[in-house]
Amino acid sequence: MHDNIDINIEQLSKTEGHADLQVKVRNGKVEDVKLKISENKRFYTQAVRRRHYSSIPQFVSRICGTCSIAHLTCSIKAVEKCFRIQPSEQTQLLRKLSVYGMMIRDHALHLYFFCLPDIFVKDSIFDFDESKEYLVKQAFVVKGVGNNLSKVIAGRAVHPPFQKIGYFSHIPSPESINEILNQLKTAREYVFELIEIFYKSDFNFTRETNFISLVSDDYSFLEGSILTSTGLNVNEEDFWNYLERIIIPYSQATGFRFSAKEYMVGALARMNLSNNKLCSVSKKNLSKYLRIFPSNNIYHNNLAQAIEILHCIDHSIQLLEESDFKSEPPPKITLKGEGRGVGVIEAPRGTLYHHLDIDKDSKVTYANFVIPTAQNQIKMENDIRLLLPRILNKTKHEIHHELEKVIRAYDPCMSCASHFLKLKWI
Amino acid sequence: MRLNVGWFSFTCCEDSTIVFIELMNEKYFEWKKLINFKYFRTLKSNNSLNDLDIAFVEGAISNKKEEESLKNIRVNCKKLVAIGSCACTGSPANQRNFFDQVTKNEIQFILDRFDNRELVSPLSDLVKVDDYISGCPMDEKLFLTKLNQYLKEFEIVNA
Repeated sequence: MHDNIDINIEQLSKTEGHADLQVKVRNGKVEDVKLKISENKRFYTQAVRRRHYSSIPQFVSRICGTCSIAHLTCSIKAVEKCFRIQPSEQTQLLRKLSVYGMMIRDHALHLYFFCLPDIFVKDSIFDFDESKEYLVKQAFVVKGVGNNLSKVIAGRAVHPPFQKIGYFSHIPSPESINEILNQLKTAREYVFELIEIFYKSDFNFTRETNFISLVSDDYSFLEGSILTSTGLNVNEEDFWNYLERIIIPYSQATGFRFSAKEYMVGALARMNLSNNKLCSVSKKNLSKYLRIFPSNNIYHNNLAQAIEILHCIDHSIQLLEESDFKSEPPPKITLKGEGRGVGVIEAPRGTLYHHLDIDKDSKVTYANFVIPTAQNQIKMENDIRLLLPRILNKTKHEIHHELEKVIRAYDPCMSCASHFLKLKWI
Repeated sequence: MRLNVGWFSFTCCEDSTIVFIELMNEKYFEWKKLINFKYFRTLKSNNSLNDLDIAFVEGAISNKKEEESLKNIRVNCKKLVAIGSCACTGSPANQRNFFDQVTKNEIQFILDRFDNRELVSPLSDLVKVDDYISGCPMDEKLFLTKLNQYLKEFEIVNA
């Protein structure tokens, strides 16, 4: 039992981007916890000002490599709201498929590469022995199909070029659709084993949480209302009015409270608030697993991600089998004075909010971005504060590992979280 | 014998790291026999800088801590390769270099707080860079061509 302990983790591993963790325990009491998101800011809120609106979606895609499709899609949605552009049904369908590709790839990276080593007590997937090598093979198949789906639909998995304001510049060929359908069906079989692994895992850290997510009728991450565990139903445009930005002086990212309280966004929030909206084909196979939700166990975020992979595969198969894509022209954009556009979508790690003000010269005058990992930052830190007293009987090495593990369960993306600046710190 | 590789990232969106991890979908089992990943924070916890043949470095350099880390990587590797646009040219991570004075004043307190350098720099402003793989994200085909070239150069595979 440690009465006094200091732990400084420089650069948490197996996460996106860079963060450090510092904890101090004295006489058995937690005196200090600092989760320091250490990614250097690139000041996107400033850099978009005075840029022409047409360049913004591809520009802000560079906020993050792994979530680039989320930023691109959310920014396009904000611009379309500003100019009152209604994308065609086909464009909306292609966007769903593009986002599904990202979700499959991004969740698979997190689950197979970052979380499975924790479950099998290995440092990394590189250390899996022959008995687990089949999982490494499955990891590449599942991750690969997400990557390939985004390539087929959007031209690339990272900063994809085909996805434009109001339309797609290319549509997938029937041959490429057949090929990706075969790959999706192969990958689908492997996902059940992934779901079972996270279902059986006994990792547990549970506490009452207010979950928040954008809920759509078909669990497609792109539209709907923002729901909370406390029963609120908020329009996309009004989301910002409920948020309070919290300055965290030692972190490059600011935190958020919703209605003055900590909250969580991400796969667990989506699963808790809307698992009844999952694809019917997936639901048929998932009843045993869905009974777990709603759950306040943060490690069920990983089970929720695995279930979302299956949903994205099943809904993609359904949409692609029914598809008959035809080339569509770009929308005519007629600018009528100044405009304000808010886009909200569900990124892999939770609710993403882009707000743009555009002037009569088509230039951005103001931007505001609310990032999932920044929203979870306060809860992550509070989790560490509450977890520590329960694990002080472990070795320092084990405590270090437990702390990293609980942060990893959130699947934080530090690259996204840090690149904004809205208020001066006191 | 395997090629000792380190994969590092500084100020950037880590898009080339993602592209590299996606290349593993097809290449992992081939590379496993040829490459020893001694440093790869994104994928492992136990990392070492010792005896690196090649350091692949993504991102631009924003603060003094990154500058020191880059110089430390340089003395520990035989070949340092800049990966992606930010590492090769500084852009777009260096966009604050081009802000007007009013915007620079707005962000100055952040730069001071986190010990940022006056300018965000490409790697070559600070250390010798042996090779460049450009693109935003990096060009996949060029990366594979260069990697095969390095495997021959370090006599991991026959020339």
